[in-house]
Amino acid sequence: MRVAAFARSTPLPWQLALLGCGVLVAVALPYLTSSFYVSVATQILFFGLLAMSIDLLGGYTGHMPLGHAGLLGVSAYTMGYLVSRLHWGWLQAAGAALALTVLVSVLFGFLAVRTRGIFFVMITMAEGMLVWGLAYRWASVTGAENGIRGIARPEFATLYWQYYYFALAVFAVCALLLWLLVRSPFGLTLQGIRESESRMRTLGYNVTLHKLLAFTISGLFAGVAGLLYAWYNQYISPSAINIGASTEGILMVVLGGAGTLLGPVLGAAVIVAVKNLLSMYVARWPTVLGLIFIVVVLFAKDGILGIARRGWARWRQNRAVRAPTVGARPVPATDEERAATGG
Amino acid sequence: MARARILATVVGLLALVTACAPPGAPGSGAGGQASGPIKAGILAPLTGVSAASGQDMVNGWNLYWKLNGATVAGRPVQTLVEDDAGEPNTALTKARQFVEQQQVDFIVGPLLANVGLAVADYLKTVGTPGFYPIVSADDLTQRGRVENVVRIAGWTSSQIHHPLGEWAYEQGYRRVLTICTDYAFGHEVCGGFVRTFTAKGGQVVNQLWNPLNTPDFSSYLAQVRGSGADVVFSSQVGADSVRFVKQWAEFGLKDSMPLLGGEVLLDQSLLRSMGPEAEGLISAGHWAEGRPARETQDFADAYLREYNQLPSYYAAAMYSAALWLARAIERAGGNTADRKALLDAVRRTEVSTPLGNMKLDDYGNPIQNVYVRRVERRADGRLVNVPIHTYEGVSQFWTFGADKFLKQPVYSREFQGTPEQLRALGLEP
Repeated sequence: MRVAAFARSTPLPWQLALLGCGVLVAVALPYLTSSFYVSVATQILFFGLLAMSIDLLGGYTGHMPLGHAGLLGVSAYTMGYLVSRLHWGWLQAAGAALALTVLVSVLFGFLAVRTRGIFFVMITMAEGMLVWGLAYRWASVTGAENGIRGIARPEFATLYWQYYYFALAVFAVCALLLWLLVRSPFGLTLQGIRESESRMRTLGYNVTLHKLLAFTISGLFAGVAGLLYAWYNQYISPSAINIGASTEGILMVVLGGAGTLLGPVLGAAVIVAVKNLLSMYVARWPTVLGLIFIVVVLFAKDGILGIARRGWARWRQNRAVRAPTVGARPVPATDEERAATGG
Repeated sequence: MARARILATVVGLLALVTACAPPGAPGSGAGGQASGPIKAGILAPLTGVSAASGQDMVNGWNLYWKLNGATVAGRPVQTLVEDDAGEPNTALTKARQFVEQQQVDFIVGPLLANVGLAVADYLKTVGTPGFYPIVSADDLTQRGRVENVVRIAGWTSSQIHHPLGEWAYEQGYRRVLTICTDYAFGHEVCGGFVRTFTAKGGQVVNQLWNPLNTPDFSSYLAQVRGSGADVVFSSQVGADSVRFVKQWAEFGLKDSMPLLGGEVLLDQSLLRSMGPEAEGLISAGHWAEGRPARETQDFADAYLREYNQLPSYYAAAMYSAALWLARAIERAGGNTADRKALLDAVRRTEVSTPLGNMKLDDYGNPIQNVYVRRVERRADGRLVNVPIHTYEGVSQFWTFGADKFLKQPVYSREFQGTPEQLRALGLEP
């Protein structure tokens, strides 16, 4: 999991300690709590992965896609069909599903990356609806609104805690890959495109190609999330991949903090927790969720992570004032400053 | 050095944790107790488009325990209600809460087919009994059965409409035009009618499929007169039903073309918002609130007193399910912890309910009465479905027998069970 949001303000031991705590809690979770909370945590993992994949396009590249649930659906439905109807092994089915998702992502990306702003949103929304429509109408393959049932999990991950560890491992690998990606020259190029497409073009970058690659990679990770999703419920239906699901993915990104990798996971955690835990006590939980969104959008445009980061910076500054010997590095406070420093 | 120390600590702690016994020991997802209160988890859509029907479900369930006392075999019955919002993913979340957090003895509900299928697959993995009085997706008790999910006081979409196809043929109708909702429920209802109507020798002149939430049926109704049909069969749900029946009358078809309805075209939940345009219309149903039998009228009267409206099939089925469960739990001596014994008791119990006499077949679906009903106005001005013909002991496989019936695919837009379609699949009509 990326702690890079703290990177500029946080000395390395702190980052490692945070990462260590995160990993420790994640690994120890099934020992500490009941199966219900473990399955909630499993949901956070794959929704977090979906949100990170959306953020790669939306937060890092500056093109917010409104159809990623469709890409999740391509992989979930393909794997579900192969496993439950054709009785393929999980690995072959997952491979085939991801291959098809990449193919569809290239196709969708090809259509979408020529546009930007609201037009990009509209095209990706249409693409997502296309997949949803297919799932809803192609009854002989997708089971229409009744969905595909009985999607068997990999045989080593059938129990809830086995599946949790499986999802955790997949999530960790994906998060590491994404972390390496956004720090690579390729990732920095994407952030350059976000700041100014024309400048990047002038500098000689093939902007369209970069955007297409970003779209495809993002689709691939959404596909992985789709696999985890379908195995988790052992069921996939059109309502899981409709525009509401795509929108929820974006809300996770915005809530947690766009342009970071930790943020979308935090956003996913909050939304999953409200849906699963708060709904046990509050019947009007969608209202609570709505209020959270309003508060975050009004008072913290950089999301929960932004709040945490600013709180952390203030605390360190106060400490630095009291004990000036602690060598605090300067903290870029605003988006402009961060962009200027290349991050 | 600090870095290395932290790293070592983390690794050490990790090793310590993973060296412990594996998780998933008893206690996780167990559920089902032998003493103390019996916990029933009710899943129903209380928000969204199906909210009114979902509320009827909860009302019907609660009324049984109010009238008969919430105690079975010496154990109090505790009802927990959760809103599934008519959405499979929300429903799965709620089902997990019921089973893993609240440790319910069984789940009763939900309403929509896709929600029911999703929850059934989850229940299969945990073994908690699921009782489905409303969800009618054929395959749930046919080609895609789940051992611990049974449809007490429930129905399959085609079960109710198989008899209606034969009845229509016997009334002298020979050429049908169907107008049904274009999703699995509509396909199955329509297929039930078409299967038996064509088996008798009736013809299908055309099949029209309208999407859910059709605001205007004129493009479909305009095709009725020139179609050459002598009868129209229609299955609609919710507000579509109200609009369809209204526009049917507005088009002047009510006096010139016989209309036969699927059960939920004219369910009591919709008759409440219909007027004279519905009077005299005929449909098939496993629930007929105008049935003179004592069980039906006593329940309808009690429901009217309690909620100031007549019970819909959602309410009647949930009331009957409560009655069925009460009998079965008594039979099992109050021991709901032994799930197999509970399910066996449920399977062996025969009940006389407001819906009529019912017992489960070997596949977990009731063998029950099907009524051909006509909408009539009661003395108090309320519209009710009154049976004009009763088919007793109707199985989900009609008269075909399970083996033969299960060879055909589930009804879909492509497969409606006509002789030609059956022959094309190498099956005898």
